[in-house]
Amino acid sequence: MSTISTYLSDIRERAKKARDKKAALGPDVDLARYDQHVERGKIESLEGLPQQAREAAVMSGIDVKEEMRSGSYLQVDHSVVYERLNKLHEGKLEIMSTTEALQKYDWLEDYYWRAVPVDQDKYTAQAELKMTHGYFIRVLPHQKPEYPVQACLLVAENHVSQNVHNIIIVEEGAELQVITGCTLSKKDAEGIHLGISEFYVKKGGKLFFTMIHNWADNFHVRPRTWAVIEEDGAFVSNYVLLKPVKSIQAFPVAYLKGDRASAKFNTVVYGLKDSYIDLGSRIILEGQDTRGESIARTIAADESVIYARGDLVAKTKGYCLAHLDCRGIVFSNRGKIFAIPQLISEGALKAELSHEASIGPISEEQVEYLMSRGVSREDAVSVITSGFLNLDIPYLPEVIDRNIKEVIQATAKESM
Amino acid sequence: MQEMLRVENLTLSIDGKQVLKGVNFSMNYGEVHMLFGPNGAGKTSFIMALMGFPKYKVDQGRIYFKGEDVTEKDISERSRLGLGISFQRPPTVRGVSLRKFIEIISDGASREETLKIAEKLNLLSHLDRGLNEGFSGGEMKRSELLQLMVQKPDLVFIDEPESGVDLENIALVGEAITTLLGKEDKLKEQKRSAIIITHTGHILDFVNADKGSLIFEGKLICGGNPRDILSEIKKHGYRRCAQCQPSVLTFRT
Repeated sequence: MSTISTYLSDIRERAKKARDKKAALGPDVDLARYDQHVERGKIESLEGLPQQAREAAVMSGIDVKEEMRSGSYLQVDHSVVYERLNKLHEGKLEIMSTTEALQKYDWLEDYYWRAVPVDQDKYTAQAELKMTHGYFIRVLPHQKPEYPVQACLLVAENHVSQNVHNIIIVEEGAELQVITGCTLSKKDAEGIHLGISEFYVKKGGKLFFTMIHNWADNFHVRPRTWAVIEEDGAFVSNYVLLKPVKSIQAFPVAYLKGDRASAKFNTVVYGLKDSYIDLGSRIILEGQDTRGESIARTIAADESVIYARGDLVAKTKGYCLAHLDCRGIVFSNRGKIFAIPQLISEGALKAELSHEASIGPISEEQVEYLMSRGVSREDAVSVITSGFLNLDIPYLPEVIDRNIKEVIQATAKESM
Repeated sequence: MQEMLRVENLTLSIDGKQVLKGVNFSMNYGEVHMLFGPNGAGKTSFIMALMGFPKYKVDQGRIYFKGEDVTEKDISERSRLGLGISFQRPPTVRGVSLRKFIEIISDGASREETLKIAEKLNLLSHLDRGLNEGFSGGEMKRSELLQLMVQKPDLVFIDEPESGVDLENIALVGEAITTLLGKEDKLKEQKRSAIIITHTGHILDFVNADKGSLIFEGKLICGGNPRDILSEIKKHGYRRCAQCQPSVLTFRT
């Protein structure tokens, strides 16, 4: 225990030193504004959530009936209000808060803040110094739950800083799908969500991770994510943002540590109102014969500003192959997109890295083609835009698909 | 036979450059009309203008379809009135699968009916691919015809069905056009009408056309039996064929 304590106290000291350290990217947020602490009571079922919160959860991909879910975790503001594991998976899958897991498992220090640097910036520092839970999900070796685990991180109150630390461990040969919905139940809520996510995919394991962000006009978001993938492991990350946000800045990393490991990022971003969105993905290819792919589709409507970043970093002594595909459409003459792909080879002689980045309007030729089949101009633009954003993300509830269509219909007219 | 399409004194330009001048044309319900002409003569411009593509600007003249003046109507309005087109080179639309698009445009065709047609056109494995994404020349043509079969227009424009298609696939495309036009159906049933553009005339081996005409240097000239016209073109070339009736600068079928 003393070793753990030493490690944790060292982590804490590093966090204290970084508490005022500005992030390298994104506007600086004054964290002192968000000082409310809100505790909530437990609920019996997700369907028992108050209507507003339930709707917000559904809109961020949560199945409140839990029919096709292996387990659920719900946190509202600073409290874990619901945890449930499908009985079929008892002894095979674990779901609890990270706080509880840290108390339960001494060995968790081997994972806690081992991937994301605690002193990266003031946001990581605050997540340590004022940690308010987060989820811990672990799938035991060679277990492959049929349905996804769902986690919802919901903010229901004003001036809250939700500081969660999530850890997912996919043990050797296991497979797991996780859907995380991060959302607000009050559309005018002002606050910040700091989400630390550390994912560990062991040898031959597979993690399919989908995150749906559903924020609002006055809310800041600073996720900090690292995934460490061992040999023959695979990590797929899907990210969807279809609602306005005051500002979001994230640059998740997939670290392909083991040979033949692979990572894929799919990012769908629809910038609305005056959202400031700075999102990217970084794949570090260290093992031999590693593979990486990063696909981003961005649309800037209204006065939104979107930075779409992508880094491929080859460090392997052997072969690796990775590709970035970043495309954007600007729907409004007040919207901005910055597409910033970057390929880096650090002495990786056999690395094959490539990218294609483009920003351009919907092709008039495509619109007219669809019109020639009797589709109206408005519907043609909507169908093509939906197709542009369609990355075939599995297990996304129909409501998300509907939401995409509604957003497109409300904003695409301006581009025509 | 009732008149289905009438074009009066049509003059077209693209980006300010005149491509067709003073064209008069008409056709009846159920007719299939072959349009011959060399590259750049204005054949594609003619059908694109009939379909309402804004790039092909109508400087003068009117277009009537089923008795209605459609000159000012946009592409989708004309399509909904019963006009359809098979493109020579359709664009790729990523993320919109052929299956999904067929569902969108289908005019009463059941899922079973669609699958049956797709199977006949050897396109079952293409249904979940993006529209025209990675399709070969033949696959594109068959995909166009599949879309038209579920869309069910009354008059179809088919732009060079043989181009980019290997010999084996021409037969499949030809059969599909015959099916689309309802030529296999009972004699008394209403047939679909078509204007088919062809360079080589290969399609005449599969499709029984009623009439033909030649577009040459921006004018619609000559007209008659499509096989006779093709034979003349093969023997003497387009220019000589165009000169055989020099006084007929406006032609009515």
